[in-house]
Amino acid sequence: MSGQRIPLRPLSRVIEARQKGENPDYIERENLRQRHEAERDKLRLRAEGRILVVALCFLLGFGAVGVRMGALAASEPQEPGVTSVASAIQTARADIVDRQGRILATNLLTNALYAHPHEMVDPLAAAEGLVEIFPEMDYDRLVAQLTSERRFLWLRRSISPEQEQAVHDLGEPGLLFGPREIRLYPNGAIAAHVLGGAGFGQEAVNAAEIVGVAGLEAQFDAELRDPARAHTPLRLSMDLAIQSATEEVLASGMGLMNARGASTVLMDAHTGEVISLASLPDFDPNARPRPLTSGNDPSQSPLFNRAVQGVYELGSVFKIFTMAQALELDMVTPETSIDTTSPLRIAGFNIRDFHNYGPRQTATEVIVHSSNIGTARIADEIGPDRQRLFLEDLGLLEPTPLEIVEAPTGRPMIPARWERLSTMTVSYGHGLSTSPLHLAAGFAAMVNGGTRVAPTLIAQRDAPQTGARIISEDTSAQIRAMMRAVVDGGTASLAEVEGYEMGGKTGTADKPNPSGGYYEDRVIATFAGAFPMSDPQYVIIVTLDEPEIVALGETRRTAGWTAAPVAAEILRRVGPLLNLQPRGAAEIAQSGVSQLSSHIE
Amino acid sequence: MRALMSLFTAIAVIGLGFWAYQQNILTQQAEREVARLEAEIAAHHERLAILRSEWAFLNRPDRLRALVDMNFDRLGLLPMQPDQFATIHEVSFPDPLAALTEASLVSDEAVQEDQP
Repeated sequence: MSGQRIPLRPLSRVIEARQKGENPDYIERENLRQRHEAERDKLRLRAEGRILVVALCFLLGFGAVGVRMGALAASEPQEPGVTSVASAIQTARADIVDRQGRILATNLLTNALYAHPHEMVDPLAAAEGLVEIFPEMDYDRLVAQLTSERRFLWLRRSISPEQEQAVHDLGEPGLLFGPREIRLYPNGAIAAHVLGGAGFGQEAVNAAEIVGVAGLEAQFDAELRDPARAHTPLRLSMDLAIQSATEEVLASGMGLMNARGASTVLMDAHTGEVISLASLPDFDPNARPRPLTSGNDPSQSPLFNRAVQGVYELGSVFKIFTMAQALELDMVTPETSIDTTSPLRIAGFNIRDFHNYGPRQTATEVIVHSSNIGTARIADEIGPDRQRLFLEDLGLLEPTPLEIVEAPTGRPMIPARWERLSTMTVSYGHGLSTSPLHLAAGFAAMVNGGTRVAPTLIAQRDAPQTGARIISEDTSAQIRAMMRAVVDGGTASLAEVEGYEMGGKTGTADKPNPSGGYYEDRVIATFAGAFPMSDPQYVIIVTLDEPEIVALGETRRTAGWTAAPVAAEILRRVGPLLNLQPRGAAEIAQSGVSQLSSHIE
Repeated sequence: MRALMSLFTAIAVIGLGFWAYQQNILTQQAEREVARLEAEIAAHHERLAILRSEWAFLNRPDRLRALVDMNFDRLGLLPMQPDQFATIHEVSFPDPLAALTEASLVSDEAVQEDQP
């Protein structure tokens, strides 16, 4: 059609038309029309072809999308490979380290052993082999379990690599291993009461979560398990070397004094950081013993933290608080003469002194000789309300804010009715029970210049706490001089360590008998002190439960003979570890405290 | 001209396809390498954690104390005592003053030699 082009006015047809008398223009028009039609057909064909191509493209496109959607819907979901972090496999629970970065608690990858009895080839041989590897397993019971219809059986929660190899060597396909992280306390019983312990929470074949069950581990459980913080260990204020030395000395002191229990607190007097905190008897947090189920007395269990949970009437150490308040209220000066005529009869109750030092003593002598009568008279003048308020300000009437879950259970026992007699007995530490840690916080406030300190287990950035002011700087200096005098020739002379200017106060309290009254021959002996007295950095508390020692031909129970020498021995050991340089006698003579004490005498 | 353009486009499409395919393969290779390295890092981390806990376990105070007791004959180690502190002046260093004067003498001589 379009092969040869037809002229619009072919001559032959024009001539033919003219002969017939027709208008030749029609021929031209017809040809033109035919030409247009041919053109149109060609264009339509091309357009149809294009539409087909476009349709094909769309079909391909939508087809690809559809196939991809189908594939995504039908396939197993999968983590994107590149974005997964390498640490996902690593320890999920953060470490706990001491103030120098030494590990106190970490995680260790071990294996758990389980069995698929239906996959076992020779259950009897397997049971025999297992009993050989784990002597505590019972052969008959194991055979019964392995030949039973059960499809799954836990055998051991965590096994050592050697045991794993031995089980592997049995060649039994029905014995399988699942990875298990366990919490490891590499130092054993050291700082056990602070760390607490951890156990398994939810368990699956290939993982188990570790949850803290006591102590710091339970208190900071959420923080330690936070994956975002898994790489930042929890840094404590405690020092492993000092804690270890303290526990060693305390244990030998406890043995020497035949005591039933002992506890000690060493605390920074300015920052409130607890450097060491020990309670004996202790336990191994790697194999935490079960809580006692029989008997009502939780303090019988080694799990009991005597330094934090144990509340005791701590005796004469409280005289420091009474004296500080009297000095602060300007009721007495260190030289004020106080009536100490024995006995003091009040509300049908006799207050006596351990030794009678005559009818009148100065305020300093009341502390140095530990006169109950003198202190009671001063407290009587202070009155119950002011005394209660003062002890409340010191934090002695509420549980300590220490960061372990057991801390709230160390709630002080206060007199039900705080009246005149209670005021007098509380003034020398009877009728009010607090924990040794309360005492440490109270003494810190006495010696650090007079501001309240809250004990903490978390390393601080060496910033002193700016707590509420309890007593003035001057009162604090006077109290320090008195405490120094107690060690330098008073009831705590056995606590003297050359060069460290130990100062403190002893306290010997009769133990209350559960059936009423007090025991005659069982005491709680406490030494509460601070060092070096010219600028106290640390507070130390040593408490012995029922100590008894034969010295100079007599059975001695008073704190001056029991707790004070233990405190001195602890200081001798930890002083160098604290990087405290002992000062020579000449140096000490130049410092403020000695001037003050000579001024007092 | 048109044909040239078409040819050029076709070549470009083939080239780009080849390039994209190659990049895809390279990416997959890189991903595999990353996964391998991550597994290696994880294994090292794990090993590091084990070594660290082993270090802590071997350095536990109880064990060190037992070792000190066991080797007392050879080492004679005892707990640190307060009287073991010393000042820096008590350490016997070679006298820095003598060394200094010696050096200054030499330099003085050198200066004198230079002067004439």
